[in-house]
Amino acid sequence: MTELLKVNNLVTQFKTENGIVKAVSDVSYYLDELEIIGLVGESGCGKSVSQLSVMQLINAPGEITGGEVIFEGKDILKYAPHSPQMRAIRGARIAMIFQEPMTSLNPVLTIGQQLTEMLVLHLKMNAEAARKRAIELLGMVGIPAAEGRIDDYPHNFSGGMRQRVMIAMGLSCNPRILIADEPTTALDVTTQAQLLELMRDMVKHFRASLIIVTHNLGVVARYAKRIYIMYAGRIVESGTTKDIFSKPRHPYTIGLLKCIPRLDEEEGRKLVPIEGLPPNLINMPPTCAFLPRCSWKIDKCYKEPWPDITPVNDNHYIRCFVDTSDVNNEPKKQ
Amino acid sequence: MNQKNNNVILEVNDLKMYFPVMRGLLRRKVADIKAVDGVSFNLKKDETLGLVGESGCGKTTIGRCILGLYRATAGNILFQDKDIAKMPEKKLREMRREIALIFQDPYSSLDPRQNAGNIVGEPLKIHQMVMNRGEYKDRVEQLFRTVGLDPSMIDRFPHEFSGGQRQRIGVARALACDPSLIICDEPISALDVSIQAQIINLLEELQDGARELSYLFIAHDLSVVRHISDRVAVMYLGHIFEICKSRELYDKPLHPYTRALLSAIPIADPFVEETRERIILKGEVPSPLNPPSGCPFHPRCFMAVPECSQSVPTLKEVIPGHEVACIRV
Repeated sequence: MTELLKVNNLVTQFKTENGIVKAVSDVSYYLDELEIIGLVGESGCGKSVSQLSVMQLINAPGEITGGEVIFEGKDILKYAPHSPQMRAIRGARIAMIFQEPMTSLNPVLTIGQQLTEMLVLHLKMNAEAARKRAIELLGMVGIPAAEGRIDDYPHNFSGGMRQRVMIAMGLSCNPRILIADEPTTALDVTTQAQLLELMRDMVKHFRASLIIVTHNLGVVARYAKRIYIMYAGRIVESGTTKDIFSKPRHPYTIGLLKCIPRLDEEEGRKLVPIEGLPPNLINMPPTCAFLPRCSWKIDKCYKEPWPDITPVNDNHYIRCFVDTSDVNNEPKKQ
Repeated sequence: MNQKNNNVILEVNDLKMYFPVMRGLLRRKVADIKAVDGVSFNLKKDETLGLVGESGCGKTTIGRCILGLYRATAGNILFQDKDIAKMPEKKLREMRREIALIFQDPYSSLDPRQNAGNIVGEPLKIHQMVMNRGEYKDRVEQLFRTVGLDPSMIDRFPHEFSGGQRQRIGVARALACDPSLIICDEPISALDVSIQAQIINLLEELQDGARELSYLFIAHDLSVVRHISDRVAVMYLGHIFEICKSRELYDKPLHPYTRALLSAIPIADPFVEETRERIILKGEVPSPLNPPSGCPFHPRCFMAVPECSQSVPTLKEVIPGHEVACIRV
């Protein structure tokens, strides 16, 4: 498969009164054609900011200070955020679906106005053709009687329906990549399942690739082929979904899998929480950011800066000094 | 279930909570929102009952009825053999010493202008649980230690704590009067994944350590509910569809809605996910203002037959300890 997107050493920082917040540090990943990947992490780990950086949607005081984003062979970070080249990519070639369908649609414009705007702008359709296409798209994402609903306002739709509209908007210009940032977090469980299935079917239909940004390990286990685990602005582990779930190697990933309740777990299973708190991203020490919470730590972790991401297997990488596959290194029970 | 059992701390019988909808100049009542419509269950001593369902199913309303924050439209709520639904306000206040509440959002449920010690200690003063200042201070410090907070943080204000620590303050406040029932209303859904487990474990440890403590654990996340609960009740549009032991819920779900709900929750294991049954429901949860006739689930149900729209199914014990409300089961 050919590589569609490659992000190399992306750095995004926010300058605040209290210091520089390193939201994204040295993030690299790739995405193949027709692939679904997952970007997993807790709130504040930089997963959303890394995606907004790809789209160049970072506003002051934020700044993309380094790295490259190679899309279809060109480094799109070289384009200015408001340049015509970037505008032709943003929304059209790389589209994004945001977490809150309530706030990401404009409440004073009808669904039709918001949907046709993109078609007219990017695909140069005339008003009539755009409207026809918009109705078609709404039908495809499962909005019943789309013709009658296209002139409704967002508040006339339920949360799930609004997210369907967002999916239709995201795919309206036949993007190569769809980035879904926590696409179903604010929704009910059965609606979540509907929308995730829909999203998977739609990207297949449109022959697009999908990046799912989420904190939900179950969602990526179900849909993603490869995953990237983020912590404190960095990718700490990456690999195929099966490798990461069956042989997690980074202490953070191991900890995460031990601390979530599973629907199919044995009775009496004890959760092992990760003690402590995620770090403050201001003035981070050069050592591993997970170190204060890590139960696998060794002396080297305190002395040397956070290691580079290194392969442990084919296509399986971690950012850690400790060989967690060796039982001798296993942390002692307190 | 109807037999008198000393082991039962809370018994809810045919509870109904209707909210009137007023319209027009004269504010005439035009309809009822049937938030809870005929719910019965019981809760044993030292037991955790999970109440799970999607938003608007009435799970929080049940919790509020039990606390007497809403006066139930019909039915009774027997707590230690006294009916909360018909209790006068003064008695209710006393009773609230025995029933505590942990809220969902640790950011808005703590008064930002009071320090953590006051927040935790306030119930002690209201219910006159302590005799003097020294005893008060000791008790608050002890509560802090119980929930894993350093007593030196007593003078800090809520904004100085992290989300997980704030929820610990909420738990300490709930424990202040040594209640025998705690209603946990989505206590962890506002927290980060790695912090959730800390609070779940804390709640479990408290129950193990307490003389007598029951939880009514209200949440939408079935994996969490199943983990912490002994039994689980699945709700939909004001009705309980299924009650059973947590273990049976995953192994032997009987109600079609439960099956759909389970299959909608992805398990963090790609190997399990490959072979799992996936039931994708059509449509969305209907409005409780205008619920479908008969079984409220029938328009979305993949097992529905014409009879389903005729009458509301009641809970039947299909297997010992496993009740289901469905005519197809």
